[in-house]
Amino acid sequence: MESLSNKKKVLEQKPLSFMERMYLPAIVKGMGITISHLFKKEATVRYPEVEREFSTNFRGMHSLKRDENGKERCTACGLCALSCPAEAITMIAAERKPEEKHLYREEKYAATYEINMLRCIFCGLCEEACPKEAIYLDGPIVPADYLRKDFIYGKDKLVEAPLEMKK
Amino acid sequence: MSTQVFYFVATLSILFSLMVIFAKNPIHSVLYLILTFFTFTVHYVLLNAQFLAVVNFIVYMGAIMVLFLFVLMLLNLNKDTEPSKSPLIKIVGVIAGGCLIVTLIGSLKAASISSPLILKNPGLGLVENLGKELFGPFLLPFELSSLLLLAAMVGAVLLSKRDEVEA
Amino acid sequence: MDTGFIIEKFILVVVIFAISLVIAMYSTYAERKVAAFLQDRLGPDRAGPFGILQPLADGVKMFMKEEIIPTTSNRWLFIVGPGLALLCACIGTAVIPWGTPVLIAGKTVSLQVTDINVGVLYIFGVVSLGVYGVMIGGWASNNKYSLLSAIRAASQNISYEIAMGLSIIALLLMTNTLSLKEIVAQQHGLNWNVWYQPLGFLIFMVCSFAETNRAPFDLPECETELIGGYHTEYSSMKLGFYLFAEYINMFVSSAVMATLYFGGYNYPGMDWIAAHWGPTWAPLFGTAIFFGKIVFFIFFFMWVRWTIPRFRYDQLMNLGWKGLIPLAIANIIITGIVIAIIEKF
Repeated sequence: MESLSNKKKVLEQKPLSFMERMYLPAIVKGMGITISHLFKKEATVRYPEVEREFSTNFRGMHSLKRDENGKERCTACGLCALSCPAEAITMIAAERKPEEKHLYREEKYAATYEINMLRCIFCGLCEEACPKEAIYLDGPIVPADYLRKDFIYGKDKLVEAPLEMKK
Repeated sequence: MSTQVFYFVATLSILFSLMVIFAKNPIHSVLYLILTFFTFTVHYVLLNAQFLAVVNFIVYMGAIMVLFLFVLMLLNLNKDTEPSKSPLIKIVGVIAGGCLIVTLIGSLKAASISSPLILKNPGLGLVENLGKELFGPFLLPFELSSLLLLAAMVGAVLLSKRDEVEA
Repeated sequence: MDTGFIIEKFILVVVIFAISLVIAMYSTYAERKVAAFLQDRLGPDRAGPFGILQPLADGVKMFMKEEIIPTTSNRWLFIVGPGLALLCACIGTAVIPWGTPVLIAGKTVSLQVTDINVGVLYIFGVVSLGVYGVMIGGWASNNKYSLLSAIRAASQNISYEIAMGLSIIALLLMTNTLSLKEIVAQQHGLNWNVWYQPLGFLIFMVCSFAETNRAPFDLPECETELIGGYHTEYSSMKLGFYLFAEYINMFVSSAVMATLYFGGYNYPGMDWIAAHWGPTWAPLFGTAIFFGKIVFFIFFFMWVRWTIPRFRYDQLMNLGWKGLIPLAIANIIITGIVIAIIEKF
């Protein structure tokens, strides 16, 4: 069939010429290449001590954000759970009591908020669905663990630290 | 000291050669044969024939027996593949064995014990002397035997080569 | 034979044995490090500073692993195999002259275990015997892959032994002796054999790659075709023995190459050193130089391993029988003619 892109390369298999059959010139050339790598800088990052920088659009562990007064932004509308293609998010909403006004921004808040990190595919759709700008996938890589139940992250792990502690 | 070593090694030689015959598994037979050749090497060393010892070591133990082992390993000899022997073959075998024993005893009787070629010239087995002997007085037989080996080699190559017309 | 002689030789044997084991141990570490550096990586660096305790960790791991002997295998031969491989690898060191005699505590000590007058042939014998370890182990495993690997090892070793022997004959035409001690002594200063026998050295080196089953001729253990090769069924320290035997073989063949072609303990300016440093330190310095050459060759083995891909089996046999053997014979003829001409005039 005729190639449309003109990128097709026909590989020709000719019998080796005398020089090629001697192997030595090619071997010497190859050894030159490998020895030159002996003096090149290694590409290794010594991971636990040194961490490689993530790219700017990296999506890692989720964090539930607070507003400028340290109140939790999430209002438990459930849009993130609805948008999640992997069904990883679940939550229980509760009504804010008057004395909790300094803790939650809206009158309705998430009493529990759980993300199953084994289900999550880190697509970022929850981030886009959120009307309150409450969830962002800006954390590090989710660490390994031994038990499945330990991968269901609750609010204790997800909500970002209060403002006072951050300072 | 030397006599004791000789008797010890000679006993081992006989023991291992008997094991070659009595071993059920052909691979074990070959391994015992290798040990037998090893004891022969020791005998050569005791006779101060170092070159012969090493050549026996390299050629018989290191090359020929490896090929024997090679072939036997490929053959996959099992009990059920062994052809049953008819009584006629057994009788022929007994007669042939008996003839061999008679010939051996006859030749042993005829041979005189005292032909101490080695003792007359203790350095005969060293490389230099051996070479001078081979390429001096024994030049013709030496070259003839090498021709014989060459003929065998050419024959082997010819046998293993596929027929051009057939292919 | 007096007791002092026996004690002296005994100490020498133990020291050489220990050194070859330690070098083999650290060859495993060096192999990984060299591989890493040639591939822009770091290699093992967690056990101790720069990872120098890695061989110990590997050894402990090998000993702690579960030992599995397949039920259908021939138990006795299965155990003999790795032992034989290691033994044959170790006894090759006996005839190598590690240095000139050293004066220690008012006594001149020879640094060669024994100088038999067929030293070169002895090395050949030991090398040719080494294949039995592989063959017996491969057969006793009762595994098709192991058996195929054992057969490959045998045919490869026999084929390359011929070219190796022929390349040595050209050297022996020049040296007129089979004793390694004298061959080294003839290469005083920079008068190394490699200048006279470059082709012979090249053939010898290629053959020693094949004899030690090292890449690019590591067909007996090529994992894409044969899983693990002859040691597929082996585990624990028996596997360790096989791996160790390979590295000791590499050490011994490096030593033989350095001895036969690169002047052993000889180096330019050795007379000046011998005159100024005295009879104890000058020979030891020569030995150090010898070990430097050995280490270079071991590095070379690794360098080649991480550069050249594995040969195909038919290419291996073609190279051995149609390439190296005719070349080695041509080398013998040329050497013979040149020596005859020189002797005539």
